[in-house]
Amino acid sequence: MRISFAEGLARAISESLAADPRVLLIGSGFVGLNTEARALLEPALREFSDRILVAPVSELALAGAGIGAALAGQRPAVDLSTGSFIFQAFAQVVNEAANVHYMSGGQSVAPVTFCSLAGMRGAGAAQHSHRTQAMLGQVPGLQILLPGGADDAYHLLKWALLESRNPAVFISHALLLGETAELTEGAPMLPVGQARIRREGRDVSVIASSITVPRALAAAQAMEREHGVSVEVVDLRSIAPLDRNTVLKSVAKTGRAVIADECNRSFGVAAEIAATLAEEGLASLKAPVRRVTVPDVPVPYSPPLEAELTVTAEKIVAAVLHVLGPR
Amino acid sequence: MQKPDPAERVAAMLRIRRFEEQCILLSKAGRFPGHYHVYIGQEATAVTACAALSAEDFVFSTWRNHGHLLARGAAPDRMMAEILGKAGGYARGKSGTLHMAVRELGVPSTSALVGGSLPLAAGAALACKRRGSGMAVAFFGDAALEEGACYEAMILASLWQLPILFVCENNSIPPAQRKRGQYTSSTLPAAGMVDVPQALRIRAEVVDGADADALADCFGRLVPEVRSGGPRFVEVRCTRWPGNFPLWPELPSGEWQLAWAFGQTADRADLAAWLEQSDPLLMYLRKRVADGELTRAQAQALDARVKEEIAAAVRFALVSPYPDAEEAYRHVLAEGAR
Repeated sequence: MRISFAEGLARAISESLAADPRVLLIGSGFVGLNTEARALLEPALREFSDRILVAPVSELALAGAGIGAALAGQRPAVDLSTGSFIFQAFAQVVNEAANVHYMSGGQSVAPVTFCSLAGMRGAGAAQHSHRTQAMLGQVPGLQILLPGGADDAYHLLKWALLESRNPAVFISHALLLGETAELTEGAPMLPVGQARIRREGRDVSVIASSITVPRALAAAQAMEREHGVSVEVVDLRSIAPLDRNTVLKSVAKTGRAVIADECNRSFGVAAEIAATLAEEGLASLKAPVRRVTVPDVPVPYSPPLEAELTVTAEKIVAAVLHVLGPR
Repeated sequence: MQKPDPAERVAAMLRIRRFEEQCILLSKAGRFPGHYHVYIGQEATAVTACAALSAEDFVFSTWRNHGHLLARGAAPDRMMAEILGKAGGYARGKSGTLHMAVRELGVPSTSALVGGSLPLAAGAALACKRRGSGMAVAFFGDAALEEGACYEAMILASLWQLPILFVCENNSIPPAQRKRGQYTSSTLPAAGMVDVPQALRIRAEVVDGADADALADCFGRLVPEVRSGGPRFVEVRCTRWPGNFPLWPELPSGEWQLAWAFGQTADRADLAAWLEQSDPLLMYLRKRVADGELTRAQAQALDARVKEEIAAAVRFALVSPYPDAEEAYRHVLAEGAR
């Protein structure tokens, strides 16, 4: 069955509410301003209205209430809406949720899910376009789930709501909502913490996550079609936990790595992957790694300016050609 | 409401005071490294509030949490070991004094950020409301009202009608203003602290933090109200103990003397005045002796018993080993299936 990313989210929310009475939703945006995706969520929001809390614009307390309810045995999902808004809730997400288990010496757990729709979404400008995964990746104690396809939108969100024992930040992307993938009913999920090989290849590994996954796949097709080059695409799926082994194995096979990441260049997810390859994978590299990232500037409003900074399939193609060198 | 046993109440307050005195002495002796906050002068609040609660309720505290935990029933030896960073502590030395928590007593996590625990308490109250029993109490200082987290947590409490009791322990005011009137709190521009929750339709009142009987009446009335009727806010007006004015706590005139309740005067004038006007322990003790419910000899026996209990806690903490280095890596994430 082929489903869209938005359908994956809606199914995960609906099935989780049905499966466990402890699941509750604090807020109900989840899919942002996308009206089609909102329509998909509607049935679940109606059916389980008693477990959906009307949320004032109080991100800090909403996040904290999610943590507190989780400490007291519930399994809340807090809708923090646009990814940049997590900054309004940062004190609770970073300084409470992430520390609860550790500071209590393992006494307490807070299985809360913070949902956000992050990324460069088109005309979001500087205050609505943040990619927060790298900065949240600096916070031990958080799980950071980063679906790059509809299948993982469903699997990872459902896992967070029903199975996880720890706080999770679930970061979806506005431009992924319409992406589709095959979902086999009842098939087991690839465990959280394992990267997914989205496409097998021999010549170059492209390590991608979230919105850069479909763009890396488009780049891989173009390389095959136009250059006869076989590109492997690794979808990280989560950056905490981070599956370094799959990345290292892929690069051991191909000998070349391009990292496509929508974070800013400095200290981003790509920087961590590059550091891992430098420390543990140098012997397999036939060429220096290449990062395709967003330059270290705020995101501008005007479409051509935003396009200038965006990690596109074309830029990934150029990076792949670069690591292949003159042939 | 059941009338409290005076001896038990005195012992509960004494247990906190003697514990905190030992903290100060251990810190001065270099037995633990960081900054810390003691609850001396506010004992009656934690003791009477916790006496009104049930086992299933949740309690959220702050960096000044020792009194709340002891009143909730935490073991002084494991607390002291935690403060010393020892393996015998509740968090095996990973929380220290500032974030002490005891899950089994309904204290799941303690935030050392101003206002940090209030949203957590609102969430626990939400869980109580969903399961149909229990409530949450949030203890915090007056400075929490200067944080957005406090305002937002009160919005949720009022909007969702949560079973939560906000206990603001205002230890910034002079004795004459404890019972009525306006005051200058930290740096909050509101004329009255209770105006803030009341603007959000949370019923709020003021109580004298030096009067253990008034506190017991207040909590005895508010706790059932919260269980059936939603959020309440109480401002407990305390007068700061002189030992809490310096950057690091100090013991003015040494450890607290039972004799100060029976005519003897403390050396330092500021302490002597505080004892007479603002010490909830001394004032409660005097009242019970005056109304014949307790004798000086009984109080002495209680104090001796408490002192021995706390001395044993200190011994336990001192001999408890430091955690292995491996402990630093444990509990980053909860492991296993839910």
